[in-house]
Amino acid sequence: MAAAAQSAAAGSPDISTAVDARPRKGGRRLPLAWLGALPFLAYVGIFLILPTGIVVVGAFVGPKGGVTLENVKTIFQGFVFDSFVKSIELSAASSIIGAVFGALLAYAIVSGHPDSTLRRIVTSACGVLAQFGGVTLAFAFIATIGGEGLITVFFADHGIDIGSNVWLFELPGLTLVYSYFQIPLMVLVFLPALDGIKPQWREATDTLGGTGWHYWRHVAAPILWPSFLGAALLLFANAFSAYATVAALVSQGGIIVPLQIANALTSETGAVDAGLGKALALGMVVIVALVMTGYALLQRKSAKWQR
Amino acid sequence: MTQSMTDAAVGPGAASGQGVEVRLEDLRREYGPVIALDGLSLTMAPGEMVALLGPSGCGKTSALRLVAGLEEADAGRIVVGGHDVTSLSANKRGMGMVFQAYSLFPHMTARQNVAFGLRLRGVKDSDRKRRAGDMLELVGLSAQADRFAHQMSGGQQQRVALARALAIQPQVLLLDEPLSALDAKVRVQLRDEIRRIQLEVGTTTLFVTHDQEEALAIADRVGVMRAGRLEQLASPTDVYARPASAFVAEFVGLTNKISGPVQGGRVQVLGTSVAIVGTAVPDGPATAMVRPEAIVLTTDDGAGGDAPGELGTVLAVSFLGAISRITITLPNGGSVIAQLPTSVAAEFPAGSSVRVSVRPDPVPVAPADSPS
Ligand SMILES: Nc1ncnc2c1ncn2[C@@H]1O[C@H](COP(=O)(O)OP(=O)(O)OP(=O)(O)O)[C@@H](O)[C@H]1O
Ligand SMILES: [Mg+2]
Repeated sequence: MAAAAQSAAAGSPDISTAVDARPRKGGRRLPLAWLGALPFLAYVGIFLILPTGIVVVGAFVGPKGGVTLENVKTIFQGFVFDSFVKSIELSAASSIIGAVFGALLAYAIVSGHPDSTLRRIVTSACGVLAQFGGVTLAFAFIATIGGEGLITVFFADHGIDIGSNVWLFELPGLTLVYSYFQIPLMVLVFLPALDGIKPQWREATDTLGGTGWHYWRHVAAPILWPSFLGAALLLFANAFSAYATVAALVSQGGIIVPLQIANALTSETGAVDAGLGKALALGMVVIVALVMTGYALLQRKSAKWQR
Repeated sequence: MTQSMTDAAVGPGAASGQGVEVRLEDLRREYGPVIALDGLSLTMAPGEMVALLGPSGCGKTSALRLVAGLEEADAGRIVVGGHDVTSLSANKRGMGMVFQAYSLFPHMTARQNVAFGLRLRGVKDSDRKRRAGDMLELVGLSAQADRFAHQMSGGQQQRVALARALAIQPQVLLLDEPLSALDAKVRVQLRDEIRRIQLEVGTTTLFVTHDQEEALAIADRVGVMRAGRLEQLASPTDVYARPASAFVAEFVGLTNKISGPVQGGRVQVLGTSVAIVGTAVPDGPATAMVRPEAIVLTTDDGAGGDAPGELGTVLAVSFLGAISRITITLPNGGSVIAQLPTSVAAEFPAGSSVRVSVRPDPVPVAPADSPS
């Protein structure tokens, strides 16, 4: 893209003189590079900055116009607040489970041969499964452990009620369903950190008189910890903003924030509350922004160690 | 062992200066079908530095890792200071190891890295801090004590790695190509420094390298390896001047391969009969290994009909400072490289005709059909 911009610049005397007219120091390359990034910046502007701006502003606008704090206040009340708690609980539970099991799976993968077929298969499978969500995933679970699901019926035939009709649509069930894409995502995100672990560190610990415990306690864990935490935060954000899976599983009410937003915007009673929807979205933006800031800081810390 | 190390760490000075004898006895190691070590035997005198030199894949690293305990021997023994350590695990052997690169713990400062071994031994905080400081001073990095690996150059990182290995006052210091990831200038500088430090602390040291110049420059003795065994173990001068085999001659230093017949334990090289060193070679055609500095050139005045040697033509002269190398083509199509003081080399400009012969020093010989 930068190359295209450059050749366009060369073909156009206007642009190139304008560029030349800039001060020499750091002059020529930067403006052209920026030119190349323009489509991307436009994309980000239209699809990220603009909507966020609309949400932020709209959250403080009342139903009849005019500035108000009512929408934001509503977030902290009753069932709306509960949906934030539920969302955070679900995201936290599924990201902790995803992080732990994903990390273990990733560790199992790197313990094998780096070019092994198994590793290639598992990582590609993770690439697919990490994107697996929405109606398909919901259906997969309903069809297996739902009220009339294959496994439920099998156990029922043997006189065992696994009771999934209840818990599948509550926090435990949703956590289980979310783990389905959280664990593979963790594998993908955490593998590079594990790959960055040098075998020399283990051997250096050995020759210096350390045991396996010493190695994990003083070397591997401190080095991996920031990456692990960062990856867990990424998983949290991933779960927090997920919508379609729960929407497909839970038809009534808004047990998580994205569903509340949907409710606010498409109320069956016809009472659309755009201001509340935007306030809810603002709440999500704030939480995700906090989480992603933490992620970025942790990434920067661990990136220094992994060269 | 832990006790004595703790004591020593608390006591004054950098190290005891008492090296121990290290014996590798008939070590064998196989990886599947690959025989990495094929009966390697080597005895190192207390405080001695031995460089293991050899082509890639000859088993140098394997030998070192066996000594360190990072790899198990299939057969053979490792005896350190009279104790058989063959069955001890790496963390009980008390060996200092310096790896090729990237071995510093990235989340620790230089000082913490150096102090790590002492920390594992439960040395008091203040003592281990002081000792880490001493070690960093020994390698000339006091000013960088609080830096992390990513804030240091490759050479500095290797110095820290050396300080870390020495901080535990190891019985043996093991270095696996510690300089190969560095650029040429730093390599030479750090090489000399490693030698200075090794002499200062007096630790018996095994230094693995595939760089012959490095091996010859740093070690008390050089062990040339080939296919999992020692081909020769001798002082640098001996390895160079009296190579035990054609392989050693060819691997260490520049060598001319000149064919000539062997008869009665002597070889006929460019008209001169020369004694053979190393393994005896049966009579018949063979290849003699002659150092460039053992080639004798005389100006061809057309008269010297009975002088030894063959007539050749100077192809090229390359100037290397005080010395020059002259490439001469022989009538049979072969070529020979001679090395002369630059002042003498001036007598043989490119294109001139010269008489080529050899000094009558003993040379190693390979049977003519042998690959080396
Ligand atoms: N872990 C291993 N698995 C399989 N084969 C190995 C292993 N380690 C070494 N080998 C083989 O053993 C032989 C000796 O290897 P080693 O690493 O000791 O050689 P080296 O002399 O250190 O070579 P280099 O100069 O390339 O480092 C080689 O053929 C190598 O391929
Ligand atoms: Mg090696």
